[in-house]
Amino acid sequence: MKTVIIKYNAGNVQSVMYALERLGASYLLTDDEVEIRSADKVIFPGVGEASTAMAYLRERGLDKLIPSLKQPVLGTCVGMQLMCRYSEENNTTCMGIFDIDVRRFPARRGDGEPRLKVPHTGWNSIHNLQGPLTGGVSENAYVYFVHSYAADVCPDTTATCDYVRPFSAMLQRDNFYAAQFHAEISGNVGQRILENFLKL
Amino acid sequence: MLTKRIIPCLDIKDGRTVKGTNFVNLRDAGDPVALAAIYAEQGADELVFLDITATVDERKTLIELVRNVAHTINIPFTVGGGISSVADVSALLNAGADKISINSSAVRNPDLVNQLALEFGSQCIVVAIDTRWIPVEQEEKGSQFEHIVHTHGGRKPTALRTIAWAKEVEDRGAGEILLTSMDTDGTKAGFALDLTAQISGTANIPVIASGGAGSMDHFVDVFTTGKADAGLAASIFHFKEIEIPALKGYLREKGIEMRL
Repeated sequence: MKTVIIKYNAGNVQSVMYALERLGASYLLTDDEVEIRSADKVIFPGVGEASTAMAYLRERGLDKLIPSLKQPVLGTCVGMQLMCRYSEENNTTCMGIFDIDVRRFPARRGDGEPRLKVPHTGWNSIHNLQGPLTGGVSENAYVYFVHSYAADVCPDTTATCDYVRPFSAMLQRDNFYAAQFHAEISGNVGQRILENFLKL
Repeated sequence: MLTKRIIPCLDIKDGRTVKGTNFVNLRDAGDPVALAAIYAEQGADELVFLDITATVDERKTLIELVRNVAHTINIPFTVGGGISSVADVSALLNAGADKISINSSAVRNPDLVNQLALEFGSQCIVVAIDTRWIPVEQEEKGSQFEHIVHTHGGRKPTALRTIAWAKEVEDRGAGEILLTSMDTDGTKAGFALDLTAQISGTANIPVIASGGAGSMDHFVDVFTTGKADAGLAASIFHFKEIEIPALKGYLREKGIEMRL
């Protein structure tokens, strides 16, 4: 099986690579169209800022390539956000695979409510699990998040999480899968989700 | 709900884990990779590796250690100690660290925090602050006690006020603050609750409290009164005075959100 991690200017993907190695999966880190098209599985990771990442994807034609892929594609963190319609982060038009917008968490909740810090950092529980990636994962399982922007809950949502407001922890449409959390460092739960993706 | 985090800290010297009282009199507490794997299995939410020697030769040993840890564990980990440049951070992140922590180098060159946040993103930049309550000479008022930032493993006082410095590093782009009270560190008498609450209560980034953990109730206190987002400790975990599964179970019983 050939797994490709899409290479672009979206920060450190080393932990994704180590996670695949722990699962005994070989992978290729590349931005080459032929390699990406011929892969069995494609992982689209991302940490960093949305507009810079989108500009880079456009420059390389990856913004057209990714939505046209037919094999299972997994976007994580900012990768997931770039697969949505639009991100409030520097007013960025994204790839529109998922028909939903990405909005910033407000820094503070209203008066009388507990104050919540942004970025949403740490372990939080996921709910309303659907679809093949969360097979064997129990409702309210904990995964590790670090993000200031999030996609709203929508018909493509396959897992929800609650921080300041309910948001999409996971999305799926056809062959496109996405997770807002960092499955690669989310303990045994994250490992199971990655394993499920590789087994699709 | 977002959980509070329990973070064992592994002090590293010559590729081995050590921990002393008030940062001196080091005792060997084992192999860091093996210890990391045990902690991850026991339910630690994150790990911190602090390289307390960090000479050039040992830096290579550290990179190798980071690689081994990243290969072994599936939870986030932070590496700190002797980091003073973009190149240092790049090498550690490339070896598989999820976050890095800087301390003295941020005090020496506060712009480094901005540079690192811009280059790698705030999410992986932890600023560690070692603080001590000491008398400070003030014009006309004479000497008054204040929380003052210390460097060099907490030995050297700076001119920085701890609360103001915490705000400054947040404004400069730090993603988290690791606050160590040198007054409570090694005492096992509890965390510095007032100072932690003052900083965590106003900061918009998570605060990891460190120094003084000696009992499970100290963790209850630091998450409630101290308003900390995470609690860090070393020797009590290494020497099994408190075991992580028991601690997390106890905290959940006390109504504190925990990943079990």
